[in-house]
Amino acid sequence: MSLLQIENLSLTIHGADILKQVNLSIAPGEIVAVTGESGSGKSMTALAVMQLLPNGAQTDGAIRLNETDLLGQTEDQMCAMRGAAIGMVFQEPMTALNPVKTIGDQVMETILIHKAMPRPQARTRAEEVLTRVGLPPDRFPLSRFPHELSGGQRQRVVIAMAIALRPKLLIADEPTTALDVTTQAQILDLLKGLVTEFGMGLLMITHDLAVVADMADRIVVMRHGEVVESGATSHLLRHMQHPYTRMLFEASGHQVTLPVPGQPKPLLEVTNVVRDYRLPRKGLFDTPGHHRAVDDVSFTLNRGERLGLVGESGCGKSTLTRAILGLEEVQGGDIRLDGQPVLSGHKANLAVRRKMQVVFQDPYGSFNPRHRVARLISEPFHLLETPPTGSERQDRIAEMLTAVGLSPDDMGKYIHEFSGGQRQRIAIARALIIRPELILFDEAVSALDVSVRAQILDLLVELCEAYDLTYLFISHDLSVVRTITDRVMVMRSGQIVEDGRTDAVFSDPQHQYTKDLINAAPTLPEIGKVVA
Amino acid sequence: MSRNLILGACLSSLVLLAALVSFVWTPYDYAALNIPGKLQPPNAEHWFGTDHFGRDMFSMIMVGARTSIAVALVAVGIGMALGVPLGLAAAARKGSWLDEVIMRGNDLIFAFPSLVIAILITAVFGAGAINAIIAIGIFNIPVFARITRGAALSLWEREFILAARVSGKGAARISVEHILPNVANLLIVQGTIQFSLGILAEAGLSYVGLGAQPPTPSWGRMLADAQTMVSFAPHLALIPGLAIIVTVLGLNLLGDGLRDWLDPRIRVARA
Amino acid sequence: MLRYALKRLISLMISLAVASVVIFAVIEVAPGDPASFMLGVNAQEDTLAALRAELGLDGSKVQRYFNWVGGMMVGDFGTSYTYRTPVSQMIADRLWVSLPLALYALTLSTVIAFPVGIYAAARRGKPGDLTVMGATQLGIAVPNFWFAMMLVLIFAINLRWFNAGGFAGWDNGFWTGVHSLTLPAIALALPQAAILARVMRSSLLDILGEDFMRTARAKGLSRRQALWRHGVRNALIPVLTIIGLQFSFLLAGSIIIEQVFYLPGLGRLVFQAISARDLIVVESVVMLLVFAVITVNFLVDLAYAAVDPRLRSRT
Repeated sequence: MSLLQIENLSLTIHGADILKQVNLSIAPGEIVAVTGESGSGKSMTALAVMQLLPNGAQTDGAIRLNETDLLGQTEDQMCAMRGAAIGMVFQEPMTALNPVKTIGDQVMETILIHKAMPRPQARTRAEEVLTRVGLPPDRFPLSRFPHELSGGQRQRVVIAMAIALRPKLLIADEPTTALDVTTQAQILDLLKGLVTEFGMGLLMITHDLAVVADMADRIVVMRHGEVVESGATSHLLRHMQHPYTRMLFEASGHQVTLPVPGQPKPLLEVTNVVRDYRLPRKGLFDTPGHHRAVDDVSFTLNRGERLGLVGESGCGKSTLTRAILGLEEVQGGDIRLDGQPVLSGHKANLAVRRKMQVVFQDPYGSFNPRHRVARLISEPFHLLETPPTGSERQDRIAEMLTAVGLSPDDMGKYIHEFSGGQRQRIAIARALIIRPELILFDEAVSALDVSVRAQILDLLVELCEAYDLTYLFISHDLSVVRTITDRVMVMRSGQIVEDGRTDAVFSDPQHQYTKDLINAAPTLPEIGKVVA
Repeated sequence: MSRNLILGACLSSLVLLAALVSFVWTPYDYAALNIPGKLQPPNAEHWFGTDHFGRDMFSMIMVGARTSIAVALVAVGIGMALGVPLGLAAAARKGSWLDEVIMRGNDLIFAFPSLVIAILITAVFGAGAINAIIAIGIFNIPVFARITRGAALSLWEREFILAARVSGKGAARISVEHILPNVANLLIVQGTIQFSLGILAEAGLSYVGLGAQPPTPSWGRMLADAQTMVSFAPHLALIPGLAIIVTVLGLNLLGDGLRDWLDPRIRVARA
Repeated sequence: MLRYALKRLISLMISLAVASVVIFAVIEVAPGDPASFMLGVNAQEDTLAALRAELGLDGSKVQRYFNWVGGMMVGDFGTSYTYRTPVSQMIADRLWVSLPLALYALTLSTVIAFPVGIYAAARRGKPGDLTVMGATQLGIAVPNFWFAMMLVLIFAINLRWFNAGGFAGWDNGFWTGVHSLTLPAIALALPQAAILARVMRSSLLDILGEDFMRTARAKGLSRRQALWRHGVRNALIPVLTIIGLQFSFLLAGSIIIEQVFYLPGLGRLVFQAISARDLIVVESVVMLLVFAVITVNFLVDLAYAAVDPRLRSRT
């Protein structure tokens, strides 16, 4: 008997089709993962179950929770069910909690709003569930405010709120996407434990197929608002029917083969670099404290080498990137490109800057929305002593657009006319246009859907062959770094804790932290490949 | 285009038109006295009636629009011309002593409402329209500086600005090339709102005698003159008041409409 | 919390100090010598000198500045050039009209604006909201002194519910005083209430789009419960800023409104002083107004910390 049964669910928002004839069911104690790329309608399916859809939503079909059709419930009846019969956990723990209320009040609110028990018992229950999710009151009193907790801890509070009344169904919408890999592993373990302990059904929405394969009893794959394939995890992984499912799994574990680098010759030399940030003064007359974001980092990047830099958020990898780019001054050590310092005095050294470019993470924030593509990608010409003009400039722009798989006709368009993947191609074109010696990829594929990510990785390999690229690839995603780099460095709390050939580091990590990272990362089963 | 935008544009251009036409034509000479024909209620010859000296109210309203618009426009100009560069500079050097000085200076100006500035200036230099312009203009500086800095700060965090820095562009060049065009919409909207506040402030100042001096007609001055006669000639107070309301309402609607129209989020959705 | 308050307090002191220098400097550049202005053109040089000494005009600029500031700290604002009475006495009398008027108006505008703003936000896009938005749009456009004249025309001249002007004084009982301040307070409050209601509404609407409001709904709170329990307090943060700003507009506005109702407040005092070139009175009143604005903004800063725990823990 199923706990949740979604039958032929269709959804339109202001007339636009969002979901088409979606069917899925969850039994008590079962974990069902709904997966797909952005725009597949997976989150809307979750919100439809909660009946928290945006204005203008029209639903059709049936969503049965224990034989009650949720679509037929009044708003008051739904309020009584939300939080009590169905709990929900969201993606962004940083913003999911009310900043002006204590965590105790927010957990107790779930209990009190449903008048489940009087206040003193509610308090005890809140302490119990917070302890259960790993926030015991002796270390995390109920009087804490959200801003006093880390992202992972906040997500635990959100989970505590969702399970305070032991709902029969728990919905988790990308619950770990915003978290670091080690925190992600802990939260996933917590969710798994709760399902077993309480016999809840868990509807898990995630784009991460490794998480899906790791967690789910059954998988539902969606695309463009439709379920393309569903089935028990082990069976589906072995016998994928739909080409889209196969494509998705292949793209997630996409492997590329880099061309063999030439003779090692030092290009970027980083020696004993230290970067301190001033902290706000504790008292009016105290000397301000320091936070050491980069702590005595040294490494050499050879010409033609593809070097990876991995680490969790706050480890200092972004700060190091900015220091290499000469955007921030360092407090100690030396950064040289081709033997010349990136900063001469307090000014950036233009002769050095000319030799490096960067590709950022956010395909939406990387471009001035008011400029056309031609102007956007030719911005680095500013670094040249004699920037090309007229037809030469046009030719260079056209050549670059072609090189990254776009058309020269695109140069007259504005950036909002492109998809996320196309924008990332334009970002690469901008980085390549002055033929820099070194390119920094700062989480350059992290915001992309897996199929687009696979295409961009292929593009990088093509460009490596055509232009002999040397790059530093900064990412939190181990699986990507594993395939796109020759050598990798692991960074933690401002220090490089491990540095070695990529295959060696991944197959035989030396440092305990590297081992933890690799163990925590959910792995994609090889099965998809076997079938394909 | 929303209803707000159209209605606001119509009302504002009506007032602007009246002000412009007054340079070449008014039904009567706005300064011509006609004591026997004083205090006429609105009629076919004098559309808005006449005042206690028999002057034609319609002509005075037209010329008064000129005063109001001129004062408010120049005041907004002062606010923008000084406030926007200050805001851009503060954002470009966020956290530095320059930012600190600019922002503390702004806080300080906020402690001097334009009326207080006008009182000070008048006490020292005597009354006049220039005082009103300076007083309102000074108060506008921190308004524009803050709004520019706020918007610019979030832009400086964006990756396209980092990309421009990697391309070797300096803070000044980035501010002009990348920041300013992206805050322009916001400034246009705020400018409209400050313009309408300026109209209100000018009316208030000239009402208490700190603004334009006679014989220059101004709406606030007309209201001050009407005050003792409001019980037997209410049109003297009603008409200039309505003129102010129409102008301010028009500008506010225009500002709201522009905000919706220029909002890039809405525009992208439309594209 | 204490550190935060202390930091704001120091910033308040600095603002006051700079403001006093600015005001003193502006008054200093005023042409003419108050002593010769008071005694006329034919005054003897030694009489002038004696008067200058009496008024404290004979020292260096720096010395006079410190005399002025030092005096104000102990409640001595100097002697009026025209009336030869202590300025502090003149201000104290008038303050009992202007300050109650501003506070009365501030209370009125807050009491009106909060429910109206919350009502409109809760009914976004529905007829109730559209009516409120239309009415407030009009309210913002109305100059308060004109509105005051219309109130006089309707409620004093036609209906005779209130006096057209003048102030009965507090000696004839509290309610008599309140009664004579009611029309002026309404005239001041309504246009400000329109602004405040719009800010409250838009601030609430911003909050309604936050993730934690969705979390609250997922817990089982109804739209209304979520709005009241999680929305209002968060929405207050920007609203407080506007209330602080409004206080300075209300003070300035009350100076103008006093003209409409012939109220013997600070406004009347300052305009008489301007026409009599009684600069010491102007200087003191302006300093007092600026002091009030800066102090209110200090209180707003403290209120922030009460509303937002993130500020409390930051130093």
